[in-house]
Amino acid sequence: MKKKHFSTIYLVLVFLLLYIPIFYLIFYSFNKGGDMNRFTGFTWQHYLDLFADQRMLIIVLDTLLLALLSSLIATLVGTMGAIGIAARKQKKVKSALLTLNNVLMVSPDVIIGASFLILFTALGISLGFGSVLISHIAFSIPIVVLLVLPKVNEMDSSLINAAMDLGATRWQTFSRVIVPFIAPGIFSGFFMAFTYSLDDFAVTFFVTGNGFATLAVEIYSRARQGISLEINALSAVMFLFALILVVGYYFIEQYSQSRRKRKSGKSTLGTEVMLP
Amino acid sequence: MKKTRSFFMIPYLAWILLFVLAPLILILYQSFTNSAGQFTLQNYVTYGTSWVYLKMSLNSFWYALLITIVTLLISYPTAYFLSKTKRQQLWLLLIILPTWINLLLKTYAFIGLFSQTGSVNQFLTFVGIGPKQLLFSDSSFLLVASYIEIPFMILPIYNAIVQLDPALVNASRDLGATNFQTFRKVIFPLTLSGVKAGVQAVFIPSLSLFMVTRLIGGNRVITLGTAIEEHFMTTMNWGMGSTIGVILIVMMFIIMFLTNDRKKKHREVMADEKETL
Repeated sequence: MKKKHFSTIYLVLVFLLLYIPIFYLIFYSFNKGGDMNRFTGFTWQHYLDLFADQRMLIIVLDTLLLALLSSLIATLVGTMGAIGIAARKQKKVKSALLTLNNVLMVSPDVIIGASFLILFTALGISLGFGSVLISHIAFSIPIVVLLVLPKVNEMDSSLINAAMDLGATRWQTFSRVIVPFIAPGIFSGFFMAFTYSLDDFAVTFFVTGNGFATLAVEIYSRARQGISLEINALSAVMFLFALILVVGYYFIEQYSQSRRKRKSGKSTLGTEVMLP
Repeated sequence: MKKTRSFFMIPYLAWILLFVLAPLILILYQSFTNSAGQFTLQNYVTYGTSWVYLKMSLNSFWYALLITIVTLLISYPTAYFLSKTKRQQLWLLLIILPTWINLLLKTYAFIGLFSQTGSVNQFLTFVGIGPKQLLFSDSSFLLVASYIEIPFMILPIYNAIVQLDPALVNASRDLGATNFQTFRKVIFPLTLSGVKAGVQAVFIPSLSLFMVTRLIGGNRVITLGTAIEEHFMTTMNWGMGSTIGVILIVMMFIIMFLTNDRKKKHREVMADEKETL
């Protein structure tokens, strides 16, 4: 019993540690005084400033557009790549392709950023929205491949043969049989690519040039100038956004899990969900 | 069918060529050129003979090591206790949630917390220690970097622990092992793969966290990542920047060789987590 208490206290402490800085930011976003030192009174002023800040709003929209476009294109290329890799018969070619696929997953962001900067300069591509978009597509493709590939491998080839035997064209087989089967992998790939793009700072910082900024780059340049409670307000909005996403994801998962369980008639075991 | 499949591969193969192979070759090539674009070994000679660069690399390695040890010490018990709780999925989501808050915002929070008249100094004054210079010091960089990396260490260790068969632990206890013996001889060795994955996920990014060193460490803390950023963005000496980049890539391979289970970085850990949930 005593041990149980200790572990609960330890966990609570770690969670406090993880959340204190975030709540600290959010708390001071309501501060009437201009800094994060003394709370002098409650105000919505910093939120009003944020929503009146044209430049910031454009940057937010740009960031979302960039994330959406890059993740869509990365999902398309990555899914096609995963299908292609799965179709390779030779083991050596397969593992070579996978190794190349993982290079961008393991290299540090500064290396990706610096080497892409050299590449764009060598190719004569000017820095801006285009170069950032290309970079985000490039670093999102490998994760899409990794998430789609297991689904493609899971697929029984007799499904494809059956479709062909029943007279489906290649396109029909692809769009009506293959894609629906691997759809869960495609969705999680898209979702991850979207998160990567929103989250990235280092790569963008290298290839963005002067005219274009994403949210992360903007926060960096403002934070270098010191404290502005508008950033606090922004972090509160972003925390709320992430919270809604996470909670929504949790409940959708719980719901589909219990449905799956009910269908297969298994008992509901909480821990079973976590096992890969 | 064969033709269709090859057609499928064209964009993907083009991606490998252009964005995987070409950048690696280009950074290697660039490291052998001087500012006039001529071939030279000078960058490597400068790197190898200059105490500044060697000291910076050692420092960077040392900091990354400290960050990894600190996060490991905090994360292993967390992951272990987490695997014993009810409602694990909810707890796990609470661990993942901070990783979805942009890294810059989290770093920014510490600028406020650690400033001259910030909350931490107010607390220090309150307990009688008096205000200290917290920002722009080595320890504040270590603290913030560890804070950022903790979830990426917890998740792979947690995954390894839940995969451990509880029957093995029970068997060990039944055979008379003490709790400590069970941990040392059974639990820890069997979850070592998770620890290795976590070390990879934390160590390699810690070598290149230039934004944290800039915002929190001031110009006191220089890591390999900071040096690369400076050479590329400020002094425009791309040749030397690429040389340091090549050194960083070599270090990365050494780490991956030492912890050779699987190559993981933040992104992969997060992706694994999404699959697990």
